[in-house]
Amino acid sequence: MPVIALAPGYTGEVRDRVENFGGNQLVYFGWDQHRLFCSPFTLPLPPDMPFSALVDNVIVPLLGAHPEGAVIDWTSVQWLRGNTPFTPDAQASLIDNGLGHKSLLRLRTPELRGIAGSCN
Amino acid sequence: MTTTTATAAAARAAVKPKLSIREKYAILTRDLGWETTYQPMDRVFPHDKFEGIVIHDWDGWEDPFRLTMDAYWKFQSEKERKLYAIIDAFQQNNGQLNVSDARYVNALKLFLTGVSPLEYAAHRGFAMTGRSLRGVGARVACQMQSIDELRHCQTQIHTISHYNKFFNGFSDWRHLHDRLWYLSVPKSYFEDAMTAGPFEFITAISFSFEYVLTNLLFMPFMSGAAYNGDMATVTFGFSAQSDESRHMTLGLEVVKFMLEQDPANLPIIQKWIDKWFWRGYRLLTLVAMMMDYMCPKRVMSWKEAWEIYFEQNGGALFTDLARYGIRMPKYHEQAAKEKDHLSHIAWSIFYNFNHAAAIHTWVPEPNEMDWLAQKYPDSFDEHYRPRFDYWKQQQEAGKRWTNPGLPMLCQICQIPMAFTEPDDPTQICYREAEHNGDHYHFCSDGCRDIFVDEPEKYVQAWLPVHQIFQGNCGGATLPEVLDWYHLNPEDRGDYADSPDRANWQRWTGHE
Repeated sequence: MPVIALAPGYTGEVRDRVENFGGNQLVYFGWDQHRLFCSPFTLPLPPDMPFSALVDNVIVPLLGAHPEGAVIDWTSVQWLRGNTPFTPDAQASLIDNGLGHKSLLRLRTPELRGIAGSCN
Repeated sequence: MTTTTATAAAARAAVKPKLSIREKYAILTRDLGWETTYQPMDRVFPHDKFEGIVIHDWDGWEDPFRLTMDAYWKFQSEKERKLYAIIDAFQQNNGQLNVSDARYVNALKLFLTGVSPLEYAAHRGFAMTGRSLRGVGARVACQMQSIDELRHCQTQIHTISHYNKFFNGFSDWRHLHDRLWYLSVPKSYFEDAMTAGPFEFITAISFSFEYVLTNLLFMPFMSGAAYNGDMATVTFGFSAQSDESRHMTLGLEVVKFMLEQDPANLPIIQKWIDKWFWRGYRLLTLVAMMMDYMCPKRVMSWKEAWEIYFEQNGGALFTDLARYGIRMPKYHEQAAKEKDHLSHIAWSIFYNFNHAAAIHTWVPEPNEMDWLAQKYPDSFDEHYRPRFDYWKQQQEAGKRWTNPGLPMLCQICQIPMAFTEPDDPTQICYREAEHNGDHYHFCSDGCRDIFVDEPEKYVQAWLPVHQIFQGNCGGATLPEVLDWYHLNPEDRGDYADSPDRANWQRWTGHE
């Protein structure tokens, strides 16, 4: 549906265009069934950053705030792009992994059930 | 001089000595409007047709209170005199020392920094709406509500002024409202309404908020204030209550009026009711948290309040409106499923990001956790107690837990994406839409629907986290952003370490 507006053909400025982020793009990252982190993170990242660098330099330090963060077996984790499971290429860039501006990356660790098994 | 007196006397003689309320109402409303001749009415009132609402007869508008401006001033000035006398007495007697606990003041901080600027926005909104409507009865009702909202804002500023002398977090409330990440939630809610047309504004604020949802803000919060010894807020509540009942009536009347005018209005109004129910309900997330976590003496749980004030009372209202073809707002079933979780989710957001908030948070005391477990037998012990136990343990080890990043926000309600799937409380709810090649993310189907209906509006949302990463909030580091917010170190962080707590113990002699 188009917006109901006084002026015909009204459009608004897209405030979060990728050009506004100084060379970075946004990627949202969430760890499924770990709600100690109240919500997913917003990460400003270079689009050509290799996926492995995202994991090693950004995600691992962030998840260090969770008691299960240090025991994740990174060889057996599952990834989702939006709601779709996918297998990232560790050496390829975010863009080449299909992770463009404002895309959502989700991590699943089925063997880790959160604090006292409570999905926290 | 003589002529003036003679004219006045003639005028007095010409008018009957005592008008009935109905006659006076007619003279002081209908007689103030006229059909313009120098310019067509559509040019004088250019904003009251583009939304598609069809009005055939503006005289069909009936104000059940028949309140006229002269009576308005008289009633309000009497009320204000009493209210300010009580606020004065509260100040002179150091009434702030009678509140249950300094933790309670954090509920006030959230209310006064979140809601008081909305009262002012409502003052502006109703002035604009009144100007936009060509029906004079509705215009006068909007004018009075506009003045009410300004009065409410002023009263609340007096309360801020008093509490600000003793507690942190109040000192720059106007500045905070335009910048602080969670205050963008109430701010954007109201700006959404104000940038709509006049009929949507009045459906959003007068009906969906004031009529359907306001009891959830007012009743429990005012009872909460009374239970917690905050007589300044209780007195304000009583004073505002008569205005609120007028506002609620305006909301119901305006919706019935529109529905009676033309059958084409029904689908438009139903869409607005769906949208503004969901937007208002999401805004009330903050109230849920105040009730369950921030009032040391608890009145009722959010879940109980939702059942009484929405499911029962709201259900009866929508049964009544069924004869106009109006049904319950879309996604009310999801709100019912969330009632076991809402307050716990909200408190977690503020606990996570307390280093960047103008209120303090804490892990509930053991007896408070037991109260929560009793009120939420289906959710608290299973889903929420374990993280409090962990946070408590971390705090006792000198490592108060905080979130190491910045959150992902919902494009519509602007709350961090913390809500869980309606049927799976262990998993964050993700919803997504694409518009002109860009991705947009939402916390719920309700927020997603609002975006998809008018994407051109919501692509413009000023999302605080994105603004930080665009470099528009003072700098790239957290201290720079907090400085840009005007958030002082004493305003934020855990209650246990706060100057508020230290002062309270000093003043009251409690340990």
